[in-house]
Amino acid sequence: MAYSAKLRVWRGDATSGELQDFEVEAEEGEVVLDLIHRLQATQTPDLAVRWNCKAGKCGSCSAEVNGRPRLLCMTRMSIFGEDEVITVTPMRAFPVIRDLVPDVSYNYEKAREIPSFTPPEGLEPGEYRMQQVDVERSQEFRKCIECFLCQDTCHVIRDHEENKESFAGPRFLMRVAELEMHPLDVADRVGDAQDVHGLGYCNITKCCTEVCPEGIRITDNALIPMKERVADRRYDPIVWLGNKIFKRNGA
Amino acid sequence: MTEVERHNYDVVVIGAGGAGLRAVIEARQRGLSVAVVCKSLFGKAHTVMAEGGCAASMGNANSHDNWQVHFRDTMRGGKFLNNWRMAELHAKEAPDRVWELESYGALFDRTDDGRISQRNFGGHTYPRLAHVGDRTGLELIRTMQQKIVSLQQEDYQHYGDYEAKLRVFAECTVTELLKEDGRIAGAFGYWRESGRFVLFETPAVVLATGGIGKSFKVTSNSWEYTGDGHALALRAGAGLINMEFVQFHPTGMVWPPSVKGILVTEGVRGDGGVLKNAEGERFMFRYIPDVFKGQYADSEEEADRWYSDQEGNRRTPDLLPRDEVARAINTEVKEGRASPHGGMFLDIASRLPTEEIRKRLPSMYHQFRELADVDITAESMEVGPTCHYVMGGIEVDPDTAAATVPGIFAAGECSGGMHGSNRLGGNSLSDLLVFGRRAGLGAAEYVESLGARPSVSDADITAAAKQALAPFDGPDDGAIEENPYTLHTELQQTMNQLVGIIRTSDEITKALDKLAEIRSRIRGVTVEGHRQYNPGWHLAVDLRNMLLVSECVARAALRRTESRGGHTRDDYPQLDAQWRNRLLVCAATDEQPVPGVGVEAKEQLPIRGDLLELFELSELEKYYTEDELAAHPERTA
Ligand SMILES: Cc1cc2nc3c(=O)[nH]c(=O)nc-3n(C[C@H](O)[C@H](O)[C@H](O)COP(=O)(O)OP(=O)(O)OC[C@H]3O[C@@H](n4cnc5c(N)ncnc54)[C@H](O)[C@@H]3O)c2cc1C
Repeated sequence: MAYSAKLRVWRGDATSGELQDFEVEAEEGEVVLDLIHRLQATQTPDLAVRWNCKAGKCGSCSAEVNGRPRLLCMTRMSIFGEDEVITVTPMRAFPVIRDLVPDVSYNYEKAREIPSFTPPEGLEPGEYRMQQVDVERSQEFRKCIECFLCQDTCHVIRDHEENKESFAGPRFLMRVAELEMHPLDVADRVGDAQDVHGLGYCNITKCCTEVCPEGIRITDNALIPMKERVADRRYDPIVWLGNKIFKRNGA
Repeated sequence: MTEVERHNYDVVVIGAGGAGLRAVIEARQRGLSVAVVCKSLFGKAHTVMAEGGCAASMGNANSHDNWQVHFRDTMRGGKFLNNWRMAELHAKEAPDRVWELESYGALFDRTDDGRISQRNFGGHTYPRLAHVGDRTGLELIRTMQQKIVSLQQEDYQHYGDYEAKLRVFAECTVTELLKEDGRIAGAFGYWRESGRFVLFETPAVVLATGGIGKSFKVTSNSWEYTGDGHALALRAGAGLINMEFVQFHPTGMVWPPSVKGILVTEGVRGDGGVLKNAEGERFMFRYIPDVFKGQYADSEEEADRWYSDQEGNRRTPDLLPRDEVARAINTEVKEGRASPHGGMFLDIASRLPTEEIRKRLPSMYHQFRELADVDITAESMEVGPTCHYVMGGIEVDPDTAAATVPGIFAAGECSGGMHGSNRLGGNSLSDLLVFGRRAGLGAAEYVESLGARPSVSDADITAAAKQALAPFDGPDDGAIEENPYTLHTELQQTMNQLVGIIRTSDEITKALDKLAEIRSRIRGVTVEGHRQYNPGWHLAVDLRNMLLVSECVARAALRRTESRGGHTRDDYPQLDAQWRNRLLVCAATDEQPVPGVGVEAKEQLPIRGDLLELFELSELEKYYTEDELAAHPERTA
């Protein structure tokens, strides 16, 4: 069962780096992260990789395997041929720190730019009543484990560093949608989605949905409905007029 | 002088899991400046893995539930060794803590009338666990993470800086607590990314570092679980209690080898799944222990009826407390009725429709499909015990979460007492919320009451830095160079094999010999490379803590000559009433980097009369000594 697998791993830091070839034992049922760990234990004790739960629940071990954004702990070796060279590189959309570990602070900055959950005034803890069907839409988005693979793959930022300033990325546009669809959130989030968080940059190529390890339908269920709400608002003459006349405070 | 980045905070919370985050929220809301330090990225702490739910007697699914019932269940689960005051506070406050999360934005699954849905779990009389499918921990951590962001947004409004009063130090490891005149003065650590040193000058630290599972080979725990908080507290002079009690969860994955130990939530059984041996027998009916006789169904028919009618029937023994189920599985395997990969079968496929399984247990469905090529809607899972939770931890004052060293507070899995000898499923998440909040409050009050703040000495900083860097230099006395990965593996094997589910005096003694050998070799640990994001170095530093807590577990396990909860002695198989009220306290005996460990026995305060009276005498007689029960009203009447 065990065989010698061929791994090509990117090693380096912010200044320089290169792909290095390794041969490492693979056992039955293993995932790519197991092999990286075996490399650390036997050949490269200082190989840097970020990981935590090793069960697909925390979203720490995001990287690219043969160019595709994946969780290393959920990528089975059995999907590759035994002779195949498996290339492991850090997520490309973020600056590298060392080896497979990138600097993902961009995401935490974007998270802070989204106004938090805003319940109706006077609603006390314990009084919240919501129907299951109504919470399910937002619950889907709350399955997000913040692995940032969707951010990594999104072409708006993957090859355009300059867009990061004005684009929150699929993860955080989905957060806006989640709050917008929360049955008890009273904040108005539609205008900001477009103007502050950069929803307009998204041209619904669905790359984010394809890489999501949680199977969240980011494009269909979060981004497109948000775009529709923006469109309704912008092109509804009455809303448009209302906005003109009453120019929302502080907006 | 050592080069070190300095920060000054009123309170420093070490750990960003459920307990730490709740403490941060409380301390910040009291107006203090707060830092939260964690080894992994923000939002990735171990709590994120919790699946089944958070126990709170809201009474949404069954209106008979209330804090007294929850309190009783908790004490029974812990075999009456629990700190009763903690169990009382926990049962009383858990509902408010859960409702509070909704006001931060949490979206739990709902009942038909729109309230929070509650599910069944082992040892809980009524459906009691607030949950979101089988990803409750993720909801908890994300909700509190987002609450912290909202507090930072408020600070931004006020001060023009998100981090003016509350900052997250992610991927930063604390290696030392520093004191002046016996009180906490600061915490010292390093950035994992750069290897550079950080000093937090602070009069109060809240330890919320979680558990110790990485000292065992088969475990559901992540790499963070190296017992750092336990070790930091011990080295700073605090005591650890109940370290002999380690929970082995009955259902971890057993195959393939690379996922061995990964958790299969108890929610599977709560929602109708049953355990079967290789002969297809639902064997748990044969394992109802005397203390629980009469409380569990004794036929499959009654057990199956219980899911829909809980008033007229007793619960299935598949949902006995975890220690009981884990031991039963262990016995079945030993007696030759194991599944092909050495576990038991857990069957949900024949018990619920496919759609229902995928809806209620999406992560389990995903986990087995992706990692084991098993479709749980069509076939049984194979499961076996896995090291899951440590009941033992830092001894604290129940109301304020203060440890015995002034300035140290502790909450969550790294604290001890609340769960006694065995924790009920779902009682950890609620514990994090209740005592995380209390620790934040306790720390805030302590800081507010202080006059002059203790200060950190330069000598202590230099010593802490030297200690952290030692693995780069290798041994200075000609000892053999050791690889940290190898030593870690040996440590895990020792604990797994010799201080695991079933223990004997001989085996524990052997384990202690092996730990002594590892202790002598640990000085030789040498790492390659430089300080920037170097996992070999990180492990070398964590290894000392793992060794220290392993010694505590083994020494306490040797002393306790009875079987209770998460401590089973083959040579002392019975519960012993003389031991019920006795706690074993581990303390450091010297100032070495990995200090020696001493164990002292100590009596707990007797339980308050009104709490004792919540139990019938006939039940108490199974646990308490005659003297202890003399004042019970059924006796005096
Ligand atoms: C798979 C699984 C499923 C579970 N399911 C449930 C469930 O359904 N219900 C339930 O009640 N319980 C459950 N539990 C138990 C529960 O999840 C844990 O007991 C609980 O989450 C521990 O939380 P905590 O806040 O104490 O610590 P954690 O969430 O583990 O957080 C510890 C924090 O401390 C930090 N830290 C540690 N050491 C250092 C250091 N030296 N310096 C800086 N930071 C440090 C870590 O980085 C981390 O941020 C489950 C456990 C597992 C493993």
